[in-house]
Amino acid sequence: MNAVTYNFAYLDEQTKRMIRRAILKAIAIPGYQVPFAAREMPMPYGWGTGGVQVTAAVIGPKDVLKVIDQGTDDTTNAVSIRAFFRKVAGVATTTHTAEATVIQTRHRIPEHPLKEGQILVYQVPIPEPLRFLEPRETETRVMHGLEDYGLMHVKLYEDIAHHGRIATAYAYPVKIAGRYVMDPSPIPKFDNPKMTMSPALQLFGAGREKRIYAVPPYTDVKSLDFEDHPFEVQTFSEPCALCGARNVYLDEVVLDDRGGRMFVCSDTDNCESRRDETGAQS
Amino acid sequence: MTEAPILEVRDLAKHYGARLGCTDISFDLWPGEVLAVVGESGSGKTTLLNCLSTRLTADSGSVVYAMRDGSRRDLTTMMEAERRFLMRTDWGFVHQNPADGLRMGVSAGANVGERLMAIGDRHYGRIRDTALDWLSRVEIAADRIDDGPRAFSGGMRQRLQIARNLVTAPRLVFMDEPTGGLDVSVQARLLDLMRSLVRDLGLSVIIVTHDLAVARLLSHRMMVMKDGRVIEEGLTDRVLDDPREPYTQLLVSSIPQA
Ligand SMILES: Nc1ncnc2c1ncn2[C@@H]1O[C@H](COP(=O)(O)OP(=O)(O)OP(=O)(O)O)[C@@H](O)[C@H]1O
Ligand SMILES: [Mg+2]
Repeated sequence: MNAVTYNFAYLDEQTKRMIRRAILKAIAIPGYQVPFAAREMPMPYGWGTGGVQVTAAVIGPKDVLKVIDQGTDDTTNAVSIRAFFRKVAGVATTTHTAEATVIQTRHRIPEHPLKEGQILVYQVPIPEPLRFLEPRETETRVMHGLEDYGLMHVKLYEDIAHHGRIATAYAYPVKIAGRYVMDPSPIPKFDNPKMTMSPALQLFGAGREKRIYAVPPYTDVKSLDFEDHPFEVQTFSEPCALCGARNVYLDEVVLDDRGGRMFVCSDTDNCESRRDETGAQS
Repeated sequence: MTEAPILEVRDLAKHYGARLGCTDISFDLWPGEVLAVVGESGSGKTTLLNCLSTRLTADSGSVVYAMRDGSRRDLTTMMEAERRFLMRTDWGFVHQNPADGLRMGVSAGANVGERLMAIGDRHYGRIRDTALDWLSRVEIAADRIDDGPRAFSGGMRQRLQIARNLVTAPRLVFMDEPTGGLDVSVQARLLDLMRSLVRDLGLSVIIVTHDLAVARLLSHRMMVMKDGRVIEEGLTDRVLDDPREPYTQLLVSSIPQA
């Protein structure tokens, strides 16, 4: 028998209750950053300890967990987090978006549409969208309180002035339910439209900065823009080289050292499922 | 005149712990009037300016401001949200050190456009056109619009700070030693510019300076401060040409006459 024993999902019940209270508050005030007493987790900060704590607080024995990192289920980070929860919570894991009840993510929202009852947990490195221009936290807190968000547009203005268009491609700021401006974590802006009116619950955990925020199901999420420079997502001229999907987010893959390259799905599970289907049909 | 004062200050006082900042300050500022506050270092000029502009909270006294809609409001009891709105629409604040009043990390255009975006302008082209217009009014070439203030000279930074403040057509502008730290020739050009802007826009201004020449050139009226109190007050020409208080006489005689 192993001498080391864990409470279910690693965290003790009191800690989980504390995190759940923060989550409930975050859900009640969509987009608002709720401070919480983050715990040390048995992994380094860059590995998504904020997301892991949120997942640990919401997961139950019957849940099915999917973990993605940059769209794939098989990076070291995703594999370790999945293994961690298999070990400390004994939960089932999957790579299929449709089968998962809890999905922890770094840098992507799955292509397969989410549904009611699912929880998407984002790993967040920097929760404060105003920090770029206002480093003082005392000041950013007041700005959120007074809905004083002109600075976000100063950042977008700078983008257009220097690049001719809004060049921000990741962590593109959004306004939640017409009130709080929020950093959606470093997902590509391609994924921003998936956030609005999503049937799933979206939770965001920042471990190092000890913040939790949330977008409840069916909540309006608007990407900030200018009237004459409206928000646009990245477009890809070619379909995925492997599964032929269009209107999905593609990664550029370098094939050789002679400049050969191709564009393939960033969401590997979605890509594989599509290839399996076509394979079955033919 | 049937007009009412734009600012009515009564019995304003501010201490820093046991140390006196300023006390017993009462005066009216009229629309279109430029009031200079002069006095030696440590006499309480900045403290007074910061209390008036609500950047500091006074210990006691009242500051009543005539809002655009004609209503009169005590600034010392106004809510933070409304105060902030006033500060970036109806007022300007020009700091001695441009780095305190500018966003050094963003372009000149963004510096001028910030207030417009803060009050809800969401049209890039319009914001940029307004910024270009204001840059030209403060004599900054249009092709510098995308440069940051770090690439600007001290005089240009100060002119940019002024443009950034005036873009929302404020009615009241506070200035704390706006020409301090600049070369004499740069100062002269800035003063000229400030004088014509103040006149053309009909601004009400409270300007803190220890330079009596600046007061002479810009202001209609003066207050002389010493040890946190106003010791003499009157029309600028009268105070400078015929100072009544011995301290003011000393101050006036200490500057070389042109
Ligand atoms: N933050 C502070 N804490 C404590 N004392 C202060 C503070 N700021 C100012 N004082 C004191 O209040 C008095 C008035 O200072 P203030 O800065 O208003 O003078 P000033 O007339 O603007 O001087 P200067 O011409 O040097 O700018 C001085 O005795 C000063 O030391
Ligand atoms: Mg001072």
